[in-house]
Amino acid sequence: MTIRVAMTVNGTEYARDVEPRLLLIHFIRDELGLTGSHWGCDTSNCGSCVVWLDAKPVKSCTLLAAMADGHAVRTVEGLEQDGRLDPVQQGFVECHGLQCGFCTPGMMMTARWLLDRNPDPDEAEIREAISGQICRCTGYENIVRSIRWAAGHPAEHPA
Amino acid sequence: MQVPAHVEYERATSVEHALSLLSRPETRVVAGGHSLIPMMKLRLAQPELLVDINGLAELAFIVLDGGQLRIGALARHADLLDSAVAGECFPILRDAERVVADPIVRLWGTVGGSLCQADPSEDLSAAFAAARATAVIKTPDGERTVPVREFHLGPYETVIGRGELLAEVRVPVRPGTGSAYQKVSRRVGDWSVAAAGAVLTLDGGKILQAGLGLTAVGAEHFVAAAAEDYLRGRAADEDSFREAGRIAAGHCQPVADQRGPEDFKRHLVAELSTRALRCAAARVSP
Amino acid sequence: MTGAGGFGRMRRKEDQRFIRGQGCYIDDVQLPGMLYGAVLRSPYPHARILGIDTLAAEAHPRVRAVITGASLHERNLAWMPTLSGDRQAVLATDKVRFQGQEVAFVVAEDRYSARDALELIDVEYEPLPAVVDARRALDPGAPVIRDDLPGRVGNHIFDWEAGDAGRTEEVFRDAEVTITQDMLYPRVHPAPLETCGAVADFDQVSGKLTLWETTQAPHAHRTLYAMVTGLPEHKIRVISPDIGGGFGNKVPIYPGYVCAIVGSIITGQPVKWTEDRSENLMSTCFARDFHMRGELAAGRDGRIRAVRVTVLADHGAFNGTAQPSKFPAGFFGVFTGSYDLEAAHCRVTGVYTNKAPGGVAYSCSFRVTEAVYLIERLVDLLAYELDMDPAELRMRNLLRPEQFPYTCQTGWTYDSGDYPRTLRLALDLAGYESLREEQEAERANGHLMGIGVSFFTEAVGAGPRQHMDILGLGMADGVELRIHPTGTAVLRISVQTQGQGHETTFAQIVAEELGLSPDDVEVVHGDTDQTPFGLGTYGSRSTPVSGAATAIVARKVRERARIVAAAMLEVDAADLEWEPGRWFVRGDPDQGRTIAEIALAAHSDLELPEGVEGHLDAACVYNPPNLTYPCGAYVCVADVDPGTGKVSVRRFIAVDDCGVRINPMIVEGQVHGGLADGIGMALMEVIAFDPDGNCLGGSFMDYLLPTSLECPAWELGETVTPSPHHPIGAKGVGESATVGSPPAVVNAVIDALRPYGVRHADMPLTPAQVWRAIQGRPLRTDLAIG
Repeated sequence: MTIRVAMTVNGTEYARDVEPRLLLIHFIRDELGLTGSHWGCDTSNCGSCVVWLDAKPVKSCTLLAAMADGHAVRTVEGLEQDGRLDPVQQGFVECHGLQCGFCTPGMMMTARWLLDRNPDPDEAEIREAISGQICRCTGYENIVRSIRWAAGHPAEHPA
Repeated sequence: MQVPAHVEYERATSVEHALSLLSRPETRVVAGGHSLIPMMKLRLAQPELLVDINGLAELAFIVLDGGQLRIGALARHADLLDSAVAGECFPILRDAERVVADPIVRLWGTVGGSLCQADPSEDLSAAFAAARATAVIKTPDGERTVPVREFHLGPYETVIGRGELLAEVRVPVRPGTGSAYQKVSRRVGDWSVAAAGAVLTLDGGKILQAGLGLTAVGAEHFVAAAAEDYLRGRAADEDSFREAGRIAAGHCQPVADQRGPEDFKRHLVAELSTRALRCAAARVSP
Repeated sequence: MTGAGGFGRMRRKEDQRFIRGQGCYIDDVQLPGMLYGAVLRSPYPHARILGIDTLAAEAHPRVRAVITGASLHERNLAWMPTLSGDRQAVLATDKVRFQGQEVAFVVAEDRYSARDALELIDVEYEPLPAVVDARRALDPGAPVIRDDLPGRVGNHIFDWEAGDAGRTEEVFRDAEVTITQDMLYPRVHPAPLETCGAVADFDQVSGKLTLWETTQAPHAHRTLYAMVTGLPEHKIRVISPDIGGGFGNKVPIYPGYVCAIVGSIITGQPVKWTEDRSENLMSTCFARDFHMRGELAAGRDGRIRAVRVTVLADHGAFNGTAQPSKFPAGFFGVFTGSYDLEAAHCRVTGVYTNKAPGGVAYSCSFRVTEAVYLIERLVDLLAYELDMDPAELRMRNLLRPEQFPYTCQTGWTYDSGDYPRTLRLALDLAGYESLREEQEAERANGHLMGIGVSFFTEAVGAGPRQHMDILGLGMADGVELRIHPTGTAVLRISVQTQGQGHETTFAQIVAEELGLSPDDVEVVHGDTDQTPFGLGTYGSRSTPVSGAATAIVARKVRERARIVAAAMLEVDAADLEWEPGRWFVRGDPDQGRTIAEIALAAHSDLELPEGVEGHLDAACVYNPPNLTYPCGAYVCVADVDPGTGKVSVRRFIAVDDCGVRINPMIVEGQVHGGLADGIGMALMEVIAFDPDGNCLGGSFMDYLLPTSLECPAWELGETVTPSPHHPIGAKGVGESATVGSPPAVVNAVIDALRPYGVRHADMPLTPAQVWRAIQGRPLRTDLAIG
């Protein structure tokens, strides 16, 4: 038994027939082939699946694809615009904010959302914003510095 | 990652539509989904039908209205945390929301969803119970109200029947009231080892009414009723708060688990009740 | 960017794909016709299997195969060797021996159907009493777990000793002060963010197996698969694509990988198996679980004289520890620490229990985490006993630079170090004296503030061929360097990055030796068809072993380039001098040739001297003469709320000495990550078991990992004492912080609790444990809290 699920992902319309129980993260990864978003746990703790749903970050392992039907999703693949990296992407390169890269897409999506609302966050605000996402490699310090760098180097032509 | 069993999905287009869908057996509401979907992935919950109510915008509000703080069931945790009006009337709610889950989950989880999940460690249950809030439930015939103190029947069980939907929580606002919530957990975002929420209404230095909610320690209806009775009429001072904490520690049923042994949890009940009462009293506007 | 040489802070080349979400991790691999596997696992920690009925699962319309131990048995694959010379069940046949053990494997058309089909398999179990408490495993009458091994009558695995028992006893009898303390290093888990998995693709026509796998050691795995499956090794290709963290978790071969291979052989299609998080935590290799009784003998003046320790090591149901074969307790022998002892002795007893196999993992450097925790806690206990400042006590006892190379009482030769300088820097960065003054003032106000110090000697870079092998495979690494005709290069290495930045750092080594830009050096890794043999990345061995090999192979290329340049310039090779990037004629610097020019010429028709081959490439196999010994001094400042037991880490100062740093930015990142591990293990991480053998750490709700809010802004410093035997003077560093930080945090908390007379409490120091310690009744943390 399938249902029709349609949504916009990074500006492009997609529609697929899927089982109602299909999780949004699996829709993004397996149906659409956008494997930049990851999964890493069973209990909505790790945050490697964070994407945007209607411009708010969400742990996409905790929603059904059906719940996103008719809505807009943005993933890490949608950060780069017209060949230009988002400042958060550049910040993570400048400040060594990633090592294995597995938590990175989720961290960057949350960072982008934070900076859109709070363009000049202090360290405490950054740490609070990413506190629902786990990194095993970086000890968080360079992630914080990467986001600070992005705050200090906003895009010249914001999307 | 673990995945749910088969389930059907319907999107409610109105409250009436939701109620009619909910009259079917083995049917659950999905709002934020951040309590239910994890349980479905672990296959601890296997509903046959999910009714998505996220489109019912009329259930998402936070307003001060005629001496009551009214919170729609679809209000997201983040909305309640950021709400100026809620934070002013009931800092206990802000304190509690700050320690619910994490910033991303709070964007999606709802107040109603958490109350209806009825987890014994749910922070909002104790906070609303301390504030003597009332649940407003939509029924096929209209609506009915149930005090939050009578809302929970046991772990993961509420009074909401088939074909009914939690619509709102109403919290009576009284002058001279201060409130606070204190929680201890092993790590940010973890369930409480224990938590206490206090709502004090004072007249001069005397306690007119006290609400003391307890989380994760098996307190009946999430409150320390004996401690509340003790506090009524007493001076709002350190001795009263300490004694109330001691009484509360003796009137709950904490269970030893990996968060802590029973003696520690009882100790926390006493300690956190005292701290919450102290902080609530300090927040009473003169 | 770097300066004239290759070493220095440099942005990572590999970042470009990761920031775009274009990494290729195992679950990203999609092959035409790919099927999905799922493992059915035992709910019981110990039970006989009476029967398995798979008919309903096989009848599921989307299921293609169901594999059980019986069907594997027909292929001689029901059991496989472990890295410790034991054997482990791939799928259980007679019994299940830990909760979560693999019992059956379903192959289906999609992952959701595979999961559904697990519920259609009916297994009849006869539960048996389980061994949950390691301290009871050797009791007479304890259930025998490994009755699959002939002649097995108990749960004893091995006894291992190091040091001199007699001499140590003499010193203890003679000593003015002796300290004894039982301490547990609890069972924890590496928990990389990406779980383990594989995609097996067996081509029935060519007979070749291509296996994408989360492995830190692709070549070792290929050799083992050849031995285990009977497939010839040249018909096996292991590809380790991007790995989302390893930390030792991705060293062993897991049953799921073998089942995926068998599934592909049976179905003729690729089979993907990726475990979920509960499988990762419950069945893949755990770390630590050392029950230690440590003793320290000293003089009243604070002179540390001897250390003795007995250890009960819980190895789980199968002995699957991954360490060199002559070292059943890994490198625990460095429990002698950073001090000059008169004597030392240790005895380690390994036992089976009804828990998952493992033990050596989670950045332990082969049990150095356990060794350092032991000695650094004992030193603090001595400080407590003598009422001496713990930093001062360490400073008095640290090895002096003139004592290096230093052979410790258990036979390890530390290569280099200036320990007092390293400690002094950490104390200065911390403002140690001011912190102690602040602590005094805080204590007067009833606030609990603690300062914890730890000094560690690490032992990394396994290892010399005469001492070290894993299942008979020597730990020498091969490397190949080729300069293309147009002057850029490709370096093929055997080690396997899981985030350590090899695509950048190894290019930097070549750049440093040859004067190329790191951007002009492509680093190839992770594919056994494209890289030379080596034992992989774990135990911080990549820089010490493959880094050395890379420097040497680049120098070989440089020397060949000299000969070619001499032929080009028609001079004697001895008349040429090197500056970064070119050989030139001594005294006539305008007469020179760059590497690029030499490369082109080497591929041309240039006449070369007799016996000299053309092209510009070289290969090398590096057998390290010794381990390298990085060290560090850490200071942790913590505040404790006595009313709730809550610990808050205020500051953490870490000074590391890992010799020459190829890329300081990457070194700092490695340290940051390890420091977070220390907070995690000291304060919240544990896999405990209830009396029935249920695993209590099977999800991230139960197995808690530190977040950005528990970690402070790390404060780092460095000292540099090059390794005398390493070609570029570098030592490893990947695990240093994980080794050195837990004792620093624990020492800080115990120090904070000084007013209550607390001497010790086992990790994790959760609020409950701290409060209980204050009451004088700390919890035992390996078992369920009752």
